[in-house]
Parts: sequence; structure tokens; C-alpha cells
Amino acid sequence: MHILLRGRDIDNIKALAVYEEHDGFAGMKKALAMKPAEVIDVVKASGLRGRGGAGFPTGVKWSFIPQHEPVKFVTVNADESETGTFKDREIMEENPYQLIEGSLICAYAIQAKAVYIYLRGEFWDIGDQLDECIEALREKGYVGKNIMGSGYDCEVYTHLGAGAYICGEESALLNSLEGYLGQPRVRPPFPAQKGGGLYKEATVVNNVETLANVPFILNEGADAFKAIGTEQSAGNKVYCVSGHVKRPGNYELPMGTTFRELLYEHAGGPLHEDRPFKAMLPSGGSGPIVPLTDEVLDTPMSYEDCANIGTIIGSASIIVMDETVDMTWVASKVTKFFKHESCGKCTPCREGTYWLDKVIDRILDGRGSPDDVKRIADVAENMAGTTLCALGDFAANPIIHTIRHFPDDFAQHVQS
Amino acid sequence: MAIIGNPKYEERINDHIAKYETKRSAVMPLLYIAQEEYGWVNQDGINEVAQILNLDPTQVKSIAGFYTMYSEKPKGKYWLQVCTDLPCALQGADDFHSWLKEELGVEEGGVSADGMFTVEHVMCLAACDKAPMLQCNFRYVENLDQDKMRELLAKWRAEAVAEMNGRGQG
Repeated sequence: MHILLRGRDIDNIKALAVYEEHDGFAGMKKALAMKPAEVIDVVKASGLRGRGGAGFPTGVKWSFIPQHEPVKFVTVNADESETGTFKDREIMEENPYQLIEGSLICAYAIQAKAVYIYLRGEFWDIGDQLDECIEALREKGYVGKNIMGSGYDCEVYTHLGAGAYICGEESALLNSLEGYLGQPRVRPPFPAQKGGGLYKEATVVNNVETLANVPFILNEGADAFKAIGTEQSAGNKVYCVSGHVKRPGNYELPMGTTFRELLYEHAGGPLHEDRPFKAMLPSGGSGPIVPLTDEVLDTPMSYEDCANIGTIIGSASIIVMDETVDMTWVASKVTKFFKHESCGKCTPCREGTYWLDKVIDRILDGRGSPDDVKRIADVAENMAGTTLCALGDFAANPIIHTIRHFPDDFAQHVQS
Repeated sequence: MAIIGNPKYEERINDHIAKYETKRSAVMPLLYIAQEEYGWVNQDGINEVAQILNLDPTQVKSIAGFYTMYSEKPKGKYWLQVCTDLPCALQGADDFHSWLKEELGVEEGGVSADGMFTVEHVMCLAACDKAPMLQCNFRYVENLDQDKMRELLAKWRAEAVAEMNGRGQG
């Protein structure tokens, strides 16, 4: 059953009348009949965790907002830019009202003045569609003054980025929305605190997929959501599968489904029958790579189980590579991504990605030495944990973990 | 023309400014308007955005330079940005990108001799299941191969010719 990709089950759910016929705004109605703090309790009890990558408990995040502050905001992270991620795009294209409803429930729960949906600039047509949705909602009293007769007022706006991966990092996103360079902020104060959020006001920043789960939770109840998935990873997840599989695409399945079921039953197995799977990046470019062994294939896709195999489920952007792929080339590709996307603020990330790229190019050209492989591992280890945001760690991962799991792929380039 | 005092943009500019708590927040949407008017973000556009928002032109220029979707130099009529990031590259996007540049006789980021095309590679565009793909003037074109691309290039060339002829008659 789809909770998120309902556009696949219900014809034209992106029309407001159709959305309303299929429980649209039923969750919002229930939320408005509750006290804001009770809404937060329901989301806490559901076990929903952030779907942008970090997996932080959503209700707990909302509860950090100081209720006494007069001005608060909700910011929706729709900057979907992680390599291999294309789930929020489908949710917003095919089921846009559910995202807006989820955002409004969050806004009511923290008593926010407004919601800003920050879309990556390339999603301008999705932004246009969301603007039309917002206007349709305003006409029917779901957005603006006195929402559904509750006395609660809230505006919803869209904002387009302009091509910068770093703006998916929450504090960089807030800077970008304020018209500054999209660079991360020093924390504390955190976005949920006065002084740390949008326009220095307490702010919840949540991913699209996270918020799109919220109407179901309010309408069906926390227990119905918690019944799906595993003990520590409740609900469904949209897994984005790309690379060497027969049927790349989005698959919405319960958390805790195994990698094997996803990659073989749903994505159709290896693209070429005679080329078995070699490796997988389960969370786009930023998470640790793992060899696709039987042990890994039989691992349930949950926050807790992925930690046991030395990686993360993150945003579940699963990039699959078959035996023909050289992992040194993969390390180079991912490093070039982070070199381009480093915002330049912190020295270890700005300089580290630059030097990593130069040395890997040398190794790939056949001009490298075994010492160069040690050198890039050393540089990467010195970057990890030394930057204001996680991009520095993400950029270190492709080096550290490709060398750890596939040393022969590097050795072949540096031995004469 | 200009963007200040241009009736085409007046309402949009005011709407953008109205939705934020500070004027400065409107710098990104206004830079898109400047790019729409001039075809790229030139100094005139930067000065006008700065004037509208009470910012220094240097502050506006730093924003324009930080983001890849603002072009700081003129582009071809069709600005083709090919995703060559890992998932697309696993489906042959690097070869496709090199072929396209050769087919059009352009260097990375340059403009073809007839002014029609700019080709450059970009990072992940969130269309990894539909590789190879590109965006043409920010519109996604997916599931590409060389044949499909040749057809598209011919179509775009024909459109440009029709547009020129139309102008001549008008």
C-alpha cells in the first residue's frame, strides 16, 4: 500500500477535489481539533524519523520549538540534490497536496506563522504547480486566515534555489532563503532555537517525504503508522534505485524490507544477467559504500540494521554497481561531486576535496604511486569531523570506504 | 529594456518581495527575473536587483556567482546541461556528453559558432532512473540516446529558423 506515492494508486490525486475525496485534509481536521502539543505527542508516538537522511525523530524535533516564542516558522527542505535521490520529486509532482497538508499540520503543532517550501531551482515547474495548489487551498480556506474555521492563521510560500547541493543542509538552506550565500551556520544556536532559525526565529526544517507522512499519522493514528516497519524504523520509505538494475525507479516499501527484495523482486536484479552486483551506495554519494555480499543483501533496510553493516540508509538513494565498475572511478566521480558542491567556508572541505580530486586523477591516469592511495586515505581521515556541516564527512566517505572494501581496485592503477 | 519600470515584471517583483520578512530574501527570485530579461546575469541586471532591494551590487554579484543556475556569461539559445553524475554515468552519460559536444563542435561551457548551443555537464538533477538526461533551458529531457538527441537538435534548429523568419515577416 502506498502512503506517499499515492499518485500511483489514485488517478489525478493532484487535483484538490480528488485529494479531498481520498481523506485529504482529514488529518488536518483532526489536528485542528487537538491542542498543538497533543499533535506533537501523536507524531512522537508514531516513531516517524526524518527522511532527509539523518533519521532524527520528527516529533522530538518539533518539541524543541519553544512554545512561548511569538514568531515561528516551518521550512520544507525540497532541495533534493543528493546524488541518486529522486523521491521528493515524485511526491511533489504526483501528490502535492499531501506535502502541503503535512506542512500545515507541522505548522499548527508548533504554531508557526508561515511555511516556506525551499525547492531546488531545477524544480521550478514543481514550484509553479505548488503555487497553484496553494492558491486553490486558499480559496477553500485551508491556507491563510482562520484555517478551516479554527482561528489559526498560516501562510504557505515556495522559494526556488539556484543549483547548490549545500542548500539541502538545513542552516545553509536558511541562509539561502534569507538572501545570503548558502553556507552553513555555526551552531548553536540551532534552527529550533530563537536566534538560530529563519530570520532568527525558532524554525522546524523537515524533508518533503517526512512531512508527507504526517497526514496519514494524524488521520489513521500513531499506532497504524508504528505497525509498519521495524521497532526503531517505523513506516514506509521511498527507496530510489539507480545504476545497474533492470528497473530503476522509486519503490515505496516498509522500512525493514531487505535489500535483496528491493533489488531483485522490485528492481529486477542485475541489468546484465552475466554481470553480478559488486557494490552499492545505499545513501547516495554521501553514505559509506558496501560490497553487495549475501550478508548485505539480506540486511533489512532500517536505520538500526544498516548501522550493523557499516553504512546508513540515509535518504535511501540506492546506487547499484555491477562487477564491471572500477571503484577508483567511483571514488573519483563522487569526489568531483563534493569538490564542486563544497561551499568553500571550511578549509578542510574546500582544500581537501580539491587535493583528493587531483590525486585521484593522477592515480586514474596511471601516474600515481601506492603512497598516493595512502595519502588520499590520510587526507580524507583528516577532513572527517572537522567541518561546520556534514559535507566534509560525506566527502571523506567515498575515499575511506572504497579503499577499505576494494583495495585491489586502487592497487591495479598504481602497480606497473 | 530593463527590469525596473518594466510592466512585464512589476507584479512578480512585488509579489516576491511581499512573501518574505526581509527585502533581501527576494534576491534569488529577482536574479531569475534579471536572467530572463537579459538572457544572462549581466552587470545591468545586478545593479537593478541591488537598487530594488537596497543592497550593494557586490552583495548581489556574490549571490549570482555562488549558484550554478545564474549564468554570468552569455549562453547559446539552447543551454544544454547534461547530468554526468554517478548514476547517470553508470548508464553511459559521460560518453553521451562527449558525443554531444563533438556533434555540435563545442567546448565545455562554450557557445557553438551559430550561437545556438551551449553544452556543459552538471551534477545530479534528480532524474537518475531516466539516464542519460539533460536540461535544456531548465526543462528536463530524459531517457536520451544519440538518435533521440539528433532528432531534438534538428527540431530546435527548425524552431529557431521559424522564429527568425517570423520576426522578418513581423
